[in-house]
Amino acid sequence: MQLLGRWYDFRDLGNGVARLIEALEDVGAPDGVIYAVTGLLGAVAILVFVAIAAVMNSWIERRLIARIQVRRGPNRTGRFGLLQPVADAIKLIQKEALQPARADGLVFSLAPILIFIPAILAFAVLPWGEQMVLADLNVGVLYLLALGSTTTIIIFMAGYASNNKYALLGSMRAIAMLISYELPMVMALLGVVTFAGTMQMSGIVAFQETHWSWLIFFQPLAFLIFLLGSTAELNRTPADISEAESEIVAGFHIEYSGMKFGLFYAVELINAVAVSGVITALFLGGWWAFGLEQWIPGWLIFIGKLYGVYFILIWFRGTLPRFRIDQLMAFAWKFLLPLAIVNVFAASIEVLLWREYDLSAGLVLPIAAAVNLALAVVLIAGWGRVMGAAYEQEPRRPRLFSEIDVPLPGDGPASGPAAASEPATA
Amino acid sequence: MAIDTEPLVVNIGPQHPSTHGVFRMRVTLDGERITDAEMIVGYLHRSMEKLAEERTWTQNIPFTDRMDYLAAMTGNLSYCIAVERLASIEVPERAQYLRVIFAELQRIASHAMANGTFVNDCGAWQTPLLYMFREREKVLDLFEMTCGARLTLNYMRIGGVAFDLPDEFLPQLRSLLDELPDRIAEYEQLLVDNEILLMRSRGIGVLSPEMAMNSSMSGPMLRGSGIAWDVRKADPYCVYDRMDFDIPVGHTGDSYDRFRVRMEEVRQSVRIIEQAVAQLPPGRHCADVPLNFRPPEGEIYSRIESPKGELGFYLISDGGPQPYRFHVRSPSLINLSALREMVVGQTVADAIVTLGSIDLNVGEMDR
Amino acid sequence: MPATAKLSGERLQERIDAAVPGAIEQAANAWVCVRPEQLVATMTFLRDDRELDGRYLNALSGVDRYDYFEIVYHVSSLSHNHEMTLKVRADHDEPEVPSVASVWRGAHLQEREVYDLLGVSFAGHPKLARIFLWDGFPGHPLRKDFMAMPGGRSPGLRAFPNEDEETWGGEFRGD
Repeated sequence: MQLLGRWYDFRDLGNGVARLIEALEDVGAPDGVIYAVTGLLGAVAILVFVAIAAVMNSWIERRLIARIQVRRGPNRTGRFGLLQPVADAIKLIQKEALQPARADGLVFSLAPILIFIPAILAFAVLPWGEQMVLADLNVGVLYLLALGSTTTIIIFMAGYASNNKYALLGSMRAIAMLISYELPMVMALLGVVTFAGTMQMSGIVAFQETHWSWLIFFQPLAFLIFLLGSTAELNRTPADISEAESEIVAGFHIEYSGMKFGLFYAVELINAVAVSGVITALFLGGWWAFGLEQWIPGWLIFIGKLYGVYFILIWFRGTLPRFRIDQLMAFAWKFLLPLAIVNVFAASIEVLLWREYDLSAGLVLPIAAAVNLALAVVLIAGWGRVMGAAYEQEPRRPRLFSEIDVPLPGDGPASGPAAASEPATA
Repeated sequence: MAIDTEPLVVNIGPQHPSTHGVFRMRVTLDGERITDAEMIVGYLHRSMEKLAEERTWTQNIPFTDRMDYLAAMTGNLSYCIAVERLASIEVPERAQYLRVIFAELQRIASHAMANGTFVNDCGAWQTPLLYMFREREKVLDLFEMTCGARLTLNYMRIGGVAFDLPDEFLPQLRSLLDELPDRIAEYEQLLVDNEILLMRSRGIGVLSPEMAMNSSMSGPMLRGSGIAWDVRKADPYCVYDRMDFDIPVGHTGDSYDRFRVRMEEVRQSVRIIEQAVAQLPPGRHCADVPLNFRPPEGEIYSRIESPKGELGFYLISDGGPQPYRFHVRSPSLINLSALREMVVGQTVADAIVTLGSIDLNVGEMDR
Repeated sequence: MPATAKLSGERLQERIDAAVPGAIEQAANAWVCVRPEQLVATMTFLRDDRELDGRYLNALSGVDRYDYFEIVYHVSSLSHNHEMTLKVRADHDEPEVPSVASVWRGAHLQEREVYDLLGVSFAGHPKLARIFLWDGFPGHPLRKDFMAMPGGRSPGLRAFPNEDEETWGGEFRGD
């Protein structure tokens, strides 16, 4: 291939940056300058992607949900309604930015801006391609988890500063939920990290490439736990209790109007992309796709997988009702957490055997995959039965009048056998 | 050191996505749990009862549309039956059948709305509602075809109905009836065994049979609690006594039972319409009723089974052109009698589900 | 054809008099009028009696009869499938009747409605407050003298336009 390795080779954008570094080194630029230039380039690229994604995702989400809901979705502004996000943005910008009279003005205005920071920072460690990681931290996974927790504070800022009871309820729910879901998610990722032997995002992708498999096959349980946990982290159905529209109207961002609300809305979409990206990198091989990356640019594969995961999140939203807060907590603590712990335990034993006895990966990994899949099925089914609610046994279909003899409450008068117990006989 | 706490008083409504209009519930919260609840209604009060005393008997029919605007047909029907009983007017047989057909179509539309919003209140993001709207639209199309209106129909007249069926009506009704059982089966497949829906609505808002009866509950509220009472069976009006249909009765009286009872009632409505169409006789669609219609002096309490429950009219005539007293027994208001008992002790989320399962309509509640 | 039977006033009087003597003020063909003092006792008897079985209160309505107010109770038995009509009268100037909210919970909101729109107060009601109108609304709109016009006239028709009083019912809708 002629293009391979050239700076303008679009199949590997990281390569261009590498060339740029070489060129800068050739002219003797100090390390700081090189670092600043390449860092800025990457950051701008990511910001452009995030901006486009935030705009387009609202269209994608609305169209997809419309399809799920047997309607058409936005289709009037531009071709296929593609300009709908632009129209929305213009409308939001035009709107008056209201602020409640007794709100804490500074915190109230700061929250929608601050909430952008963790959302965007998460993109820094995503492995977009082979050499395309902006900040390839050696504690990438830890960094992502830490960012997830900071969101809690900002959501609480928004809810508390609004001086609204719904907002307070929403932020209370958000804190309770996010703190609970942190735990099973960390535990789930622990299994992944145990297998990969590294916390570096690129390292985890490299592990998947080396062993010619995605981590979802070794860690199916961790994948499910992380996916369900991330719906809670993202405030998406079925775990959107902190902004539950039918209960507390919009939760923590009820008082925000205009572009301040627009920011929360955009962050929601960006977060969904970020979490989809994390799932892609950790469980679905990132930019690596069984040799397909030879033909298609890695970053396109990554974005393709990312939107696949995002589609699952939209699907959840379109089809599932919402949990109640205590049910959601119970789900995290009583269901996800024990399963995650068992999963970590199993993964540790497998990896220990593998490393300790220096077995060949070709032998250990298929067995581990089979064992973990069986474990996932058994645990989910078994634990689900143990934790099953009492109503499971209750009949669900209403009785029909003609089928059975329905007695009236109380003693019922004793006159007449049939007419006494029944108001009417057909 | 003890922490000072104070209860949080939250107004749920009048502007709230889940209060189905302008219903307002002032709840006192301890954390998320409701310790006290008070309902505040009247935001949609249009003094219909007073207005009706100054309009002629026929002019009052449009008011009954605007009470329960999601089930205008049954509102019309109940009023017309009450006036006919008061004035002893014989209604032609074809009109009776048409009334049954339209009342049951209205029940399908209203229950579709009720069930859709109920699942919406459980947190599903509009999807079930929009699915249910599909069938509701078809019913409204039939209404539009017949009387030109979709929501406030004003179709019933004292002595019959306003218009006979157009030619396209029966084929289109036929196709709707053919697909409805499949649709209901589809909804049941999608919804009734949904684990989250079960978690959210099983055992929530339980209304014991004794409580239901003592609180004058009616309609699916009463039947959901296990009391087999349906005015269509117990006190048949029109030609319901010639129809073969069943009354679904719930097991425990929780929100889920009410949801399922409504689902099953749609199925029974399809059965009734099938029979009514098969038996539909030719003839006139309205009796001769003078324009200067004056019922004789007297009073009547007459009720029918509307989708929300027992919709009754207490009418007093002094022999004049207008009613002397026009009182509506509105099921939406009276079904809220036990609201406080059902809601106190629940979390906010459950209270919304309970409220959704009551299927209130503020237009009818406030009148 | 099963239909709800309407208990006649005489039958009701006979039955109630046996349990609550002197409760009935007047018995007509279709209803009985109960003395306000005996109202709660009568209604409780009605509810608990196995034969009358008035466990279900259909409707509670108030009527302004110019000289007095009339509260009408439509009570029915779901087991026997019959219904009864009871009335109680209240003075027009200071209308007050005992509340039956302790007998039927269903009366709770309906009594509030009657209080709001007709101004009949119900003694012993747990929370007698306006329901549809706001506190401080002047008057009670369903009273016949609400916003009465000068000269004792009231809005609405006394007769249909161009109507010949002799030929009521003479004009028919064309078919």
